[in-house]
Amino acid sequence: MALWGMVIDLDRCTGCQACVMACKAENNVPAVGAKEAVRGRIISWMQVLTEEDEEHPGEVKRFLPRPCLQCDDPPCTKVCPVYATYRDPDGIVAQIYARCIGCRFCMAACPYNAKYFNWYRYQKEAPGQNPDVSVRPKGVVEKCTFCHHRLQKARERALAERREVAPGEYVPACAEACPARAIIFGDLSDPGSEVFRLARSPRAFRLLEQLGTKPKVIYLTEGEGRG
Amino acid sequence: MADPADTRDAALLAPIERTGRGFYWTVGLLSLLILWGAVAYWTQFDEGLGVTGLHQPVSWGFYVTNFVFFIGISHAGTLISAILRLSKAEWRRPITRMAEVITVMVLFIGAGQILVDLGRPDRMMNIIRYGRYQSPLLWDATSISAYLTASMIYLYIPMIPDIAILRDRVRKRKLLYSVLAMGWTGSEHQQKVLNRAIAIMAVLVIPIAVSVHTVVSFVFSMTLQPMWRSTIFGPYFVVGAIFSGIAALIVAMLVFRKAYGLHGYLKPIHFRYLGQLLLVMSLLWFYFTFAEYLTAYYGNEPEEMHVFWAKFSGPFWPFFWGMAVTNFVIPVLCLVRLGRHTIGKVLTASLSVTVGMWLERFIIVVPTLSNPRLPFGEGIYFPTWVEWGELAGSFALFALFFVLFTKLFPVISIWEIREGREVGLKEVEERLLTYLPETAEPRHAEPERGW
Repeated sequence: MALWGMVIDLDRCTGCQACVMACKAENNVPAVGAKEAVRGRIISWMQVLTEEDEEHPGEVKRFLPRPCLQCDDPPCTKVCPVYATYRDPDGIVAQIYARCIGCRFCMAACPYNAKYFNWYRYQKEAPGQNPDVSVRPKGVVEKCTFCHHRLQKARERALAERREVAPGEYVPACAEACPARAIIFGDLSDPGSEVFRLARSPRAFRLLEQLGTKPKVIYLTEGEGRG
Repeated sequence: MADPADTRDAALLAPIERTGRGFYWTVGLLSLLILWGAVAYWTQFDEGLGVTGLHQPVSWGFYVTNFVFFIGISHAGTLISAILRLSKAEWRRPITRMAEVITVMVLFIGAGQILVDLGRPDRMMNIIRYGRYQSPLLWDATSISAYLTASMIYLYIPMIPDIAILRDRVRKRKLLYSVLAMGWTGSEHQQKVLNRAIAIMAVLVIPIAVSVHTVVSFVFSMTLQPMWRSTIFGPYFVVGAIFSGIAALIVAMLVFRKAYGLHGYLKPIHFRYLGQLLLVMSLLWFYFTFAEYLTAYYGNEPEEMHVFWAKFSGPFWPFFWGMAVTNFVIPVLCLVRLGRHTIGKVLTASLSVTVGMWLERFIIVVPTLSNPRLPFGEGIYFPTWVEWGELAGSFALFALFFVLFTKLFPVISIWEIREGREVGLKEVEERLLTYLPETAEPRHAEPERGW
């Protein structure tokens, strides 16, 4: 069984937000409107966090694109009272929108704040939306799924052609859209894959590693390309 | 024992037999507040939780604070009633009933907060259909339902003889009282069974109550979040719960004492004893708070310190220091010397603690959420009229439940007061004698074994 993971090279990230927009378009992530945005209700499965560089205050901003880290030991799934969020056999942390009761315990438990809530009914069925991704009702939590529907499509295609899913056949929208090629996606359990190699780079680190959540999104530190 | 001709305790039956203008005014006022809460809830149900001030990252606010607070108040019943019964404290007699009523009523309100908080209350039954026992919310559901069941039984059993008095004396609601009295005649056998049942429930209800607020604290302490992940949260929450419970009980006692003229039953001595208990709990609460915050401060872990300073000197300072004043400074100043103005001092302290413990729950829930570990910026939480409405409505609904109860059943246990006069006095004298060195052990006492 593949272990899907992502490596994000912070040296390459320019903070252009292409990944954010690609994610929103791919996953029917609703635009909540300016009023709601001011109230802190933006939904952004992929979010670029910014931080002032401590060594160059006021000059250099550091960027940290943050999808759901797809923890192997996720703190959010344990606390869900109804199994609406769980780690599926592919290692992806899934959310069942039709079962979620909206208690927001998973949001309180996620140390990365990767879960988002539908405070209103933000989405309406409308033309131009991706038919592969279900539209969320009000009152439920939603999150990044590593574009799980793309994996399902790749699997179905491979099954019809009686072969295995080829490397590179399944890539989430954010990785596909990144113009700087900062987001690399693949099978962490395949020694031949690029993510396998990069995950063992001396620059590799995991976000809040000390919490023991075992994220499958791995970052490469800045350093080499810093000017 | 329950002689219907005994008219000494007529004051306790008066509120059930007659209804004055004050009652209608109270119900009217409470109904207005409840209406506000109902409109707020309907708005929220219709439009979504967006009508509240909640957002990312402060996804829990007033409702979860209220949940912890109201469940905490429910601990009044167990401590006062069960512990005082088990320790044979004679001054408990006019207090136990009110304590037990608070527990039952407030548990409904507390559990209701979770329903108000849900984004999808229509899917509530999923908790039973797909329940995941790994989630502390399921532990809460289990513990609170056990507590609600046990405390309803514990409220009902000691009410049976009183209901029988009502059946025989009051001309209204004959059917209700006859059914609920379960054929009580006051025979010696019945009395024995009743006392046994009360004793069993009193023992049973204590560990359940402790478990309730322990698992409520686990909702927070089982996560990895800074200032939530604390090993002392279980006992800290239980102490706070008992603390706020006693305060709420004192306030309720003073309200009904005034409204129903129960000065003869609830005397300054009762308030002095309860005030001393409140003082002890205030000191205990301070000790836990001190231990909790000192360890966080000394450890100096950056993410914990973000939350710590947000409480100490950041945007939450009025709540934090308000909590310290209302939970510690005011009660200690009021309760250290209770010689004069007992009632006024105890009332001030209790009202102060009621506010303070709500602030304490708030200061535990919100600052942690508003200071995430990753650089998201601080989330500031402003509740809207909806949350204020739910808060006001919840308090009013609790008060209304209580007031309606007093219209149906005596708010002070009649038979226990009579028992105090007829049996208690003699029993205490005999018991006292057995404590003294000059007296031999009574014959029915257990023979000493071994050591």
